[in-house]
Amino acid sequence: MAKIIVDDIELDVPPEFTLLQACEAAGAEIPRFCFHERLSIAGNCRMCLVEVKGGPPKPTASCAQNVRDLRPGPNGEPPVILTKSPMVKKAREGVMEFLLINHPLDCPICDQGGECDLQDQAMAYGVDTSRYAENKRAVEDKYIGPLIKTSMTRCIQCTRCVRFTTEVAGVAELGAIGRGEDMEITTYLEAALSSELQGNVADLCPVGALTQRPYAYHARPWELSKTESIDVMDAVGSNIRVDTRGREVMRVLPRLNEDVNEEWISDKTRYIWDGLKTQRLDRPYVRVNGKLKVASWPEAFAAIAAKVKAVPGNRIGGLVGDLASVEEAFALKSLLASLGSSNIDCRQDGAKLDPALGRASYLFNATIAGIEQADALLIIGSNPRLEASVLNARIRKRWLQGNFPIGLIGPHVDLTYPYDYLGAGSDTLTDLVNGGGFAEVLKGAQRPLILIGQGALARADGAAVLAQAARLAVAVGAVKEGWNGFSVLHTAASRVGALDIGAVPGEGGLDAVAMTNPGGVDVLFALGADEIDIAPGAFVVYLGTHGDRGAHRADVILPGAAYTEKSGTYVNTEGRVQVANRAAFPPGEAREDWAVLRALSDVVGHRLPFDSLAQLRAALYAAYPHLARLDHVTPADAAAVNALSSAGGTPASGPFASAVTDFYLTNPIARASAVMAECSALASSRHAAAAE
Amino acid sequence: MSVRRLAPKEVQPESFAFTAENLAWAEKTIAKYPPGRQASAVIPLLMRAQEQAGGWVSEPAMRYVGDMLGMAPIRVYEVATFYTQFQLQPVGKRAHIQVCGTTPCMLRGAGDLMKVCKSRIHEEPFHLSANGDFSWEEVECAGTCVNAPMVQVWKDVYEDLTPADLEKILDAFERGEHPASGPQNGRLTSAPVTGLRVLTSPELFDGSMVGQGAGLALAREALAAKAKGETAPAAPPPAAAAAAPPPPPKNDPAPAAAPAAKAVEAAGDADKEKPKKPVAPPPGGKPTDSTAE
Ligand code: SF4
Ligand code: FES
Ligand code: FES
Repeated sequence: MAKIIVDDIELDVPPEFTLLQACEAAGAEIPRFCFHERLSIAGNCRMCLVEVKGGPPKPTASCAQNVRDLRPGPNGEPPVILTKSPMVKKAREGVMEFLLINHPLDCPICDQGGECDLQDQAMAYGVDTSRYAENKRAVEDKYIGPLIKTSMTRCIQCTRCVRFTTEVAGVAELGAIGRGEDMEITTYLEAALSSELQGNVADLCPVGALTQRPYAYHARPWELSKTESIDVMDAVGSNIRVDTRGREVMRVLPRLNEDVNEEWISDKTRYIWDGLKTQRLDRPYVRVNGKLKVASWPEAFAAIAAKVKAVPGNRIGGLVGDLASVEEAFALKSLLASLGSSNIDCRQDGAKLDPALGRASYLFNATIAGIEQADALLIIGSNPRLEASVLNARIRKRWLQGNFPIGLIGPHVDLTYPYDYLGAGSDTLTDLVNGGGFAEVLKGAQRPLILIGQGALARADGAAVLAQAARLAVAVGAVKEGWNGFSVLHTAASRVGALDIGAVPGEGGLDAVAMTNPGGVDVLFALGADEIDIAPGAFVVYLGTHGDRGAHRADVILPGAAYTEKSGTYVNTEGRVQVANRAAFPPGEAREDWAVLRALSDVVGHRLPFDSLAQLRAALYAAYPHLARLDHVTPADAAAVNALSSAGGTPASGPFASAVTDFYLTNPIARASAVMAECSALASSRHAAAAE
Repeated sequence: MSVRRLAPKEVQPESFAFTAENLAWAEKTIAKYPPGRQASAVIPLLMRAQEQAGGWVSEPAMRYVGDMLGMAPIRVYEVATFYTQFQLQPVGKRAHIQVCGTTPCMLRGAGDLMKVCKSRIHEEPFHLSANGDFSWEEVECAGTCVNAPMVQVWKDVYEDLTPADLEKILDAFERGEHPASGPQNGRLTSAPVTGLRVLTSPELFDGSMVGQGAGLALAREALAAKAKGETAPAAPPPAAAAAAPPPPPKNDPAPAAAPAAKAVEAAGDADKEKPKKPVAPPPGGKPTDSTAE
């Protein structure tokens, strides 16, 4: 610890602290543009100048100097930092005046207006005039892709965007060309950025140089109401803030959660919102003579009741889709149980995960933040870059710290960090279990992490692969006191929650594949299940939000609420229970899904025992107490992994596929989004060009 | 400085590759840097690519160098646009004239040299002459300010120029010759234009002092005698006195500093009529008020 005095406050800080951190520790506010906690230090905006006694006799950039580099006074007094002295005031005013020399004063037409660091800091630390009477510099706008709009004249050259794409997103595509006042931010030959995290540069940009293209000129920050919520585009459960104006979702922004998404979100999370407005199911439909006809709720319910009452309970089934919250999965399960059916499944992709094997057999046990503690990683049948982009950034962050060998079994893809390519499929995994090669690396590690993707599990022999992976995990010492490195990466936001409440076939029940095969069940409730083909024959009741695959196959459509329109619990891949809040209302006659199921249960004569969401949750929490521990991960008992490792079965040989091939189109909301469609087209053309 | 852009697509070549000789050189150059630091070779490689391609760096060349060094193309692009020494547009086949436009050269007539360029080559810098043989640009100080004004062509500098000299140089390049570089007014390197004023005694050069081993001592003696006998140094003005170096500390191993300064003062009779400048304190000495601004 080093002693230091900040504005008369004496405190102890670690010597590796920067002056800026020390000042913050003392409660002093330091303005900044280029400095960002999660990026390397550039020290090029000079806004953070402070006066230092015991350093050079000039204003010092506090973000770029360490406490340990300061000298004590002649009699050993601690170094002194002044953040409010006349020198500092003058320095800040000077820097601000320089920054504004070339900055267009176009705030009235700038999308950043109202949430602009430059605006705010000019108010707080600037002066009200400029002595600059020459012409201002103007910079040509650059094309850097469909998601980020550029107004490059506004750039203050902090290089945050360059550092983010290079360091966090791991694509060296953005750069600063030229120099001095002619420095310009661009991609090489103005190619579109290829990162799945690129939207974050708009958040990082302290001015309006990089803004969100789909949101351009849509709204002003102060007219939006902000709702804290949870993302459902993947199983990471990124914390988001949904900004709405009236009934409309205007944009989605990340929220800070060090344990989950830090402060990043993927582009799918961020730019999905136009999909919430198109292709929406806003009233019930009933298929009459092969054609879907608009119906009222009672008509739709009556049609369902007629069918349900005509068949025995075991001919009824239910599918829990990928975006369903725990509450509605619970309601569906209860409804089916009351109808006498144990045919329910949440694994549309056929992943061989089974809650009966124990919770640890399907969780990302190491936790997302735990990735930073791991010291070796094996990825099995997964492309985390597409399946969980933010989690992939965490892996990359760990890799950047060094001493982190990574091996991969599965499709050979660009993960933004180098890895040892071990092989394509289960044969390689079997070799590893037998020891040697990368298995030795894992054995040598203190906290090895085994990441198993859905690509390895959603196959006929998935159970054997899972057991094989568990065997490997146990063999290399990934499961021990204080560390469980056996980690399943999910792709569906609903999956872990649904598994937690046992939304899988019960005794004698049919699984998703059996239910959707010809002759599977007679009545099938599809709760937002769009990723599965249902064979003709069954009477399909689709409860969902979008006119997507599921709705096209449906015989009755019940309009439900999307994740921004309801309060719902989601459990992320590591088992963290989080609640998404309602930011807007469902369109038209659409209702929250649990309420629809509750109303329907009444009509079919098996009224569910809850009349409000609170009652439903009470029942849910009574049955599954860990779901009441919001924002927490209840660690799973690692014994399940040990047990799993002794399960038999040899996987058939054959390469693992990735669970996500088109990152931008993984769910009905994304498929309704024009922005996602554009990104998808761009990505596939890039893919085709790379394949040439 | 102005905004620098890649040359338009039409003039970019299809591809770029080092010649065998340059490739061997490039590999040697890359090997100079520690493993994992190959990117450090980007500047020499780009320079070599520029030389090979007739004086400019094309887009394929940037990608080629990037591939060679394992660098993303944008990183090479950043370097190539940062340093104005890299030409991003094709330059004259015979000569690319870089006219220094920094203060000393400007004061000595660089403006007239640019007029020559404008009339003979192109009104605008970075444009090819009609026949594609020449191009020109204004650069910052190229380091031969003593011989201002100057131009640089490829790796050679042409100094002490008049517009007529520049015309002659251009003529020579036009004929495919390689005009002699250096001062164009007969001056020897950067010696005084009126001829040498020091080191003029012939013994210095005829070999008669070789092996005497007393050269410096003799010279000191001669200087001291001269100082004593002919002209006692004028009393220094008060400012200089204030700035006089403090007595060296006892353990100072280099007491020669002060006498040398005196000797220089004494020898500087050419400057005698000008007011003496305060002598800068030796390094480590405390700056006094008169030397600090
Ligand atoms: S575009 Fe924005 S983030 Fe990037 S350098 Fe300019 S001001 Fe900084
Ligand atoms: S924040 Fe310190 S220089 Fe930019
Ligand atoms: S000013 Fe022209 S060479 Fe230095």
